[in-house]
Amino acid sequence: MAEQTTKKVLVEPLVDNNPIALQILGICSALAVTTKMETSVVMSIAVIAVTAFSNLAVSAIRTYIPSSIRIIVQMTVIASLVIVVDQFLKAFLYDISKQLSVFVGLIITNCIVMGRAEGFAMKNKPGISFWDGVGNGMGYGFVLLFVAFFRELLGNGSIFGATVFKLTKDGGWYEPNNLMLLPPSAFFLIGILIWLIRSFKPEQNEEA
Amino acid sequence: MSQRESNAQTFVVATVLCVVCSLFVSGAAVALKEGQAANALLDQQKNILDAAGLAKGQYGVTASGLTTDQIKDLFKQVTPYIVDLDTGEFVTDVNGLDVDDYDPREAVNSPDLREDIVNPEFNPGEKFRERFAKVYVVSDAKTKEFQQIVLPVYGKGLWSTLYGYLALKKDLNTIQGLTFYKHGETPGLGGEVDNPSWKLQWEGKTLYNPEGVPAAGLAKGTAPLGNKYEVDGLTGATITSRGVTNLIRYWASDDAYKVFLTHFKEHGIDTPKAGS
Repeated sequence: MAEQTTKKVLVEPLVDNNPIALQILGICSALAVTTKMETSVVMSIAVIAVTAFSNLAVSAIRTYIPSSIRIIVQMTVIASLVIVVDQFLKAFLYDISKQLSVFVGLIITNCIVMGRAEGFAMKNKPGISFWDGVGNGMGYGFVLLFVAFFRELLGNGSIFGATVFKLTKDGGWYEPNNLMLLPPSAFFLIGILIWLIRSFKPEQNEEA
Repeated sequence: MSQRESNAQTFVVATVLCVVCSLFVSGAAVALKEGQAANALLDQQKNILDAAGLAKGQYGVTASGLTTDQIKDLFKQVTPYIVDLDTGEFVTDVNGLDVDDYDPREAVNSPDLREDIVNPEFNPGEKFRERFAKVYVVSDAKTKEFQQIVLPVYGKGLWSTLYGYLALKKDLNTIQGLTFYKHGETPGLGGEVDNPSWKLQWEGKTLYNPEGVPAAGLAKGTAPLGNKYEVDGLTGATITSRGVTNLIRYWASDDAYKVFLTHFKEHGIDTPKAGS
């Protein structure tokens, strides 16, 4: 296996090996929580925390895990972390936690977390696994923020809740695009992002 | 077979992991419980203040723009009471739970404390409602005089049950405000029930027509100018609009708050009876 450096595991998942854009994992929550920048930022931080710490924990105990129950062990670690993150949000960011509703809990089923635990943390040391989790979480967060930026701007005329385009219903000029507030728009935006990335990085194209 | 793959090792790892994880999760839950409960209470208070328009009246912003202390201070004007919806009378407690501990939304899940909604004139889309409701009386900060009453309401929209508060002015017939604190309607369509300028239309609308039948609701399209009962319908959200109309009318009807409102109009806040 090629040698893993901290820098490499941190930077690579951003564009070169992005979990959403290249591996097409974790699409579900990318559609659901990206109507606003604020929720996307919090969701990204939550996923970074869960991926990083689940990688750390799984890697730390990787030599003790019997292979027959390794998936269940990973699942238990991830589920525990997600519940704790959810509890933290309810205690400190109540309004945002209300908007994110079930999607924090659904981080458990986010393939990125599980994929990194099984694909990386089981084979590598805790330190580097932790940074791999952070990197992949950031790769996920990058796509979320990209999608949320356009959805909030075009669907609501604002960024982080601050008005950029004044809406016609408030006496301004901008008639919001309601499609942007519905989940399908995220498909279009992710599609456009993947197209952009692959135009600049043709090596990501699959063989026809 | 290596030692790591043995049955004994499998059981040991599984057991230790479960114990460690459960301690971790329950530890976090216990440590954060207080903060969460405070947040949930604060959130509820914000919504009641917004329905009653108190934050707007005093500070010119909605309650989410206020500090915790400002909200607590404003909420001193609000007193919760438990009401028996069958008799319309105030009661002191429900099964020994006083007004702070009684939770009407939990009561809906308990067969002893709920009633079936059968063939209502206005269908809120729910099967049950609580028998004892929790209402909020708003009185003037200085004179302590009765100002408004805030009634919890809920009913089905398109995707979800909308939970909210309906605030009535002194005459118990003019609407002060309506806010929803929990719903899962489509953002931009049915989700526009949260739109501040739409919510403003409710103020001053009349709840009952002269025959005493609930008439407040949403028009189809734009409400005609000067209509006493209706506000604009929500664009692209026919079913949510219909749901909101029905839930307001259901809760205002004889099946729900009307008995209490009639009683309250005659007797004011009388001494609560001992609970059931």
